[in-house]
Amino acid sequence: MRITRYAAAFAAFGVVLAGCSSEAGNQAGTAAENTSAVATDVQFDAGTTMAELNAAGAITIGTKFDQPGFGLLNPTTKAPEGFDVEMGKLIAAKLGIPADGITWTETVSANREAFIQNGQVDIVVATYTINDKRKEVVDFAGPYYEAGQDIMVAKGNPEKIEGPDDLAGKNVCSVEGSTPAENIRTKYPQAQLTLFDVYSKCADALTNGQVDAVTTDNVILTGLVAGNPEGFQLVGNPFTKEPYGIGLAKGDDAFRAFINDTLQESFDDGSWADAWDATAGAISGTEAPKPPTIDRY
Amino acid sequence: MQFFIDNFPLLREAFLTTLSLSLLAGLVAIVLGTLLAALRVSPVLPLRGLATFYVETFRNTPLTVVFFFIIFGLPQIDFSVGFFTGSVLAVGMYTAAFVCEAVRSGINAVSAGQAEASRALGLTFGQSLREVVLPQAFRTVVPPLGNVWIAMVKNTSIAAGFAVTELTASLQRLSNANGGEILLVLLAVVAGYMLITLPSAYGISRVERRVAILR
Repeated sequence: MRITRYAAAFAAFGVVLAGCSSEAGNQAGTAAENTSAVATDVQFDAGTTMAELNAAGAITIGTKFDQPGFGLLNPTTKAPEGFDVEMGKLIAAKLGIPADGITWTETVSANREAFIQNGQVDIVVATYTINDKRKEVVDFAGPYYEAGQDIMVAKGNPEKIEGPDDLAGKNVCSVEGSTPAENIRTKYPQAQLTLFDVYSKCADALTNGQVDAVTTDNVILTGLVAGNPEGFQLVGNPFTKEPYGIGLAKGDDAFRAFINDTLQESFDDGSWADAWDATAGAISGTEAPKPPTIDRY
Repeated sequence: MQFFIDNFPLLREAFLTTLSLSLLAGLVAIVLGTLLAALRVSPVLPLRGLATFYVETFRNTPLTVVFFFIIFGLPQIDFSVGFFTGSVLAVGMYTAAFVCEAVRSGINAVSAGQAEASRALGLTFGQSLREVVLPQAFRTVVPPLGNVWIAMVKNTSIAAGFAVTELTASLQRLSNANGGEILLVLLAVVAGYMLITLPSAYGISRVERRVAILR
């Protein structure tokens, strides 16, 4: 009797937990339906990465598992869901690889270059900002999305922060090692940086009033605001351009051109916008933006 | 080499933060831990109970949880300390539990006759502990206290996740900014920790030999 009661309590707790995590997952879940058709009769020049992947019928894609709207692991299906994931599926489909031929590997900000260099993943689609430093060791296709750094404040904006210039003398929270933190450090040195290892701690600190604002890419902030709309609000004044690219091994120009072509095609035929509406757009409630211009360097 | 020159200011800053975090937390731990050990051997039951409760609570809680409690929990009841101070308190209070147990083992190693003799001479409990028992106890617990210290220095790395830019936080920053030179970044950070722990280990063994009680 007693045991069943404990078991019931335990199960109830589990249900509560599952309920917490699946909200974003449900919204992103609809994305799986509209994956573009797998190309069946594709020909690639022998010796290219495309031909190898096509022959193997398998590809390993690195993405984030903790980024609502872009790459978030669905605890029930054990597969990530989001805009980045849809981009990955689009490319795989064009390579003639079905969705079940894709192996998703979690890549975090610090290990993306290493995973590409060591060949642990074929491509990385993980809110991966294109910059020159990274281009020294890996190559980027895209950009497929242009994020911008924005600011999140407590509801009602008690500190009257309207843009990065208002951050002087304020406590601003971000994540150690991230590009947004580096931007504040170099361009707005009068802001007091508080750096945690994950953004959820920034949200806690903002709730407690330990920091005045949280800054990072608007897509991440949108996810945080969606999680606590009564407590937070977005300033809505992006002040940087963060082009998200698809990382691949350095020097593989044919593969890069192929991914660029695939992206361009998805911009033109609307599948890119569909992917946005089903994933990140569903969470943030924003319409698909204008696709960025692909940088074929 | 260029990498180390370019990032020297950050690495030095991070190293000094880890060092000061370690020293301050070590101070909290040794003072609080000794006090707790004294309480645990005291003849007053409520004091013994209090110290036992403290030790079992902190020794059996993961350090990250202690950090969460101090950094994010206390502000909820309007008791907010800075991130650095909070980190010193978290590491210090956590380590105090281990210091307490090490010191208590030292106290137990001092033969009962010593305490009985000092009480017979008319010393109070506090006096006999301070003047007779603890000085001998500390001599026997130098090696375990050394272990606790080294473990604590490494435990300060948890503060990286709580807004303190120490060595592990600099590892996160540098590895993301220099994706191609991860090995150098790791090397620099490991060297930073060893710069603290290796001399400590040497110092501990020196002290150990000097103060060892020949029985």
